[in-house]
Amino acid sequence: MNTAVDTAKREREAPYEGPLLDVRDLHVEFVTRDGVAKAVNGVDYSVSAGETLAVLGESGSGKSVTAQAIMGILDMPPARIPRGEIRFRGRDMLTMGKEERRKIRGQKIAMIFQDALSALNPVLSVGYQLGEMFRAHRGVSRAEAREKAVELMERVRIPAAKQRVNDYPHQFSGGMRQRIMIAMALALEPDLIIADEPTTALDVTVQAQVMDLLAELQAEYNMGLILITHDLGVVADVADKIAVMYAGRIVETAPVHELYARPAHPYTRGLLDSIPRLDQKGQELYAIKGLPPNLLRIPPGCAFNPRCPRAQDVCRAEVPDLFPVTEEDGTPLEGRGSACFFWKETLHDR
Amino acid sequence: MGSYVLRRVLQMIPVFFGTTLLIFVMVYSLPGDPVTALFGDKAADPAVVASIKHTYYLDQPIWKQYLHYMGNLFQGDFGTSFTGRPVSDIMADAFPVTIRLALMAFVFEMVLGLALGVLSGLKRGSIADTLVLILTLVVISIPVFVLAYIAQTVFATNLGWVTPTVQDSYDLTQLVLPATVLGSLSLAYVARLTRTSIGENLRADYIRTAVAKGLPRRTIISRHLLRNSLIPVVTFLGTDLGALMGGAIVTEGIFNVQGIGNVLYRAINQKEGPTVVGIVTVLVIVYLVASLLVDLLYAVLDPRIRYA
Ligand SMILES: Nc1ncnc2c1ncn2[C@@H]1O[C@H](COP(=O)(O)OP(=O)(O)OP(=O)(O)O)[C@@H](O)[C@H]1O
Ligand SMILES: [Mg+2]
Repeated sequence: MNTAVDTAKREREAPYEGPLLDVRDLHVEFVTRDGVAKAVNGVDYSVSAGETLAVLGESGSGKSVTAQAIMGILDMPPARIPRGEIRFRGRDMLTMGKEERRKIRGQKIAMIFQDALSALNPVLSVGYQLGEMFRAHRGVSRAEAREKAVELMERVRIPAAKQRVNDYPHQFSGGMRQRIMIAMALALEPDLIIADEPTTALDVTVQAQVMDLLAELQAEYNMGLILITHDLGVVADVADKIAVMYAGRIVETAPVHELYARPAHPYTRGLLDSIPRLDQKGQELYAIKGLPPNLLRIPPGCAFNPRCPRAQDVCRAEVPDLFPVTEEDGTPLEGRGSACFFWKETLHDR
Repeated sequence: MGSYVLRRVLQMIPVFFGTTLLIFVMVYSLPGDPVTALFGDKAADPAVVASIKHTYYLDQPIWKQYLHYMGNLFQGDFGTSFTGRPVSDIMADAFPVTIRLALMAFVFEMVLGLALGVLSGLKRGSIADTLVLILTLVVISIPVFVLAYIAQTVFATNLGWVTPTVQDSYDLTQLVLPATVLGSLSLAYVARLTRTSIGENLRADYIRTAVAKGLPRRTIISRHLLRNSLIPVVTFLGTDLGALMGGAIVTEGIFNVQGIGNVLYRAINQKEGPTVVGIVTVLVIVYLVASLLVDLLYAVLDPRIRYA
């Protein structure tokens, strides 16, 4: 009934060729007491329907802030967006009115947060919080919203959904809570889901279940998915392409398997080398030396240069663009880019 | 839940006996002889004094007096005051006045306190917020009696809207000014508590989720923000209702409101044991019941709290 209406409505929408979401030269700063923290410094990425983009990077590299800017949930102030575009189906959301923007949230673009226990309201039942999506955006009755909530809970395989619909978040296990978050994001069948470290707070076994469920639902609804994580293991199974972030910039983009096989940025190289591997059991684990830069004082040139084993004078003087990456003979590598002056050397001499 | 309530009620029993005994001992160890004082400047006939003491059990050791008092209390007899009026009569006159005064103060502090708290909590750093902060700070730092005298001077002496003291304690309109003074301190606390609580909850993850869900701002505030922010405020208000009834002594004295506070004040001055103990006993019970209700209300508001 209602799902049929939704589908019909979706088909009536003008088909849009090109990426669902296109972020261009996005900058986000925070005005703090100590100065302006430049959290995002010119991010570009795009996601199409059915595609999964994994965003990778150390803590503080700006992954979440970028996502929050896309969702439009940054607190402004202290945040401000001095430059950039966030195009959704070709329209820049940064120039839209508040109300139009709100209607995209939840309906077209939904977000899954890391810690479901704190992200869900502790004093409202999960049934209420799920049903609220339909009440706020579709204007359905309380009873109908409840029914929808049960359906959603069944959809994400919560056992005995009918009996548990009135339970509160703290009464569920961590894995179930995260599935409820997924259900909430899925409720209105959005075009794009942003999952910010959806499994970090979970046990390893539960992580896999939740990730599988998310991937399965994404394929079923043909949604775009932005998966933020620092877990390289998760990425390999589900992502189509990867964007690696460092100090608020994308330093490398590549289709997932190529990135694993042949990184073209020393930072990515470092990240990959720091994954524990079975064949290196007993050996000391590699770690990138040094610390991520202070966002109040990002070093001149390439932000990674103080930690980079390849750094030369040029790296300290100029900020590298995201160069297209090619084979040694010059054949372009589809979808690959590296913001390193020495990408060739990094890519080829392993 | 049922067993929790039962346990709490059972816990009240020792508290009840403990406090009454304490009050009893305190009143009876006040310096001076209340019976001799009844005669004022006239020399008292020792025989009369002895007979009065006998009727009021004052010639007995204190533990006997206490047992006697408690025995009567459980038959619903609060004893007789030195003037010969049953203490239950005195309380029946005074309690309704105090209850009205406390309820008016309560409504005042709740409505205005919450409104100011929500306003300044949502608009942190605004002029309204700053004003609320300054105003509440002033109210908190000024003693109640000073506030009462200021109110009297302004509204009675200068503006002439009311009489300085209450003429008829059963007239609700005359109780407005004392109730406002009585509720003002708690109002300041309610406003500040609400403001802090809203500020904390505004930054909470679940509010960010509510925004990400695309809910309208008014739904976010009423359904998500207020529901959570008001939990500590409601608890405060609940406890305060009990405190307002016992705490009206100063206000009732200044405005001449013939409530419990005034009666209690007079009774203490005259070392009227039965009246003091009777009133305090009732106040203790009110307070105990109120705090039980607050705890139960807390469980209703916050589903994470379950009493077993
Ligand atoms: N409200 C804020 N005020 C000031 N600085 C902020 C604020 N929010 C985020 N930042 C800063 O922006 C930077 C990027 O933060 P972000 O949360 O995007 O990192 P992240 O890549 O998601 O890291 P993690 O893996 O730990 O989640 C951090 O250095 C953080 O300190
Ligand atoms: Mg993050």
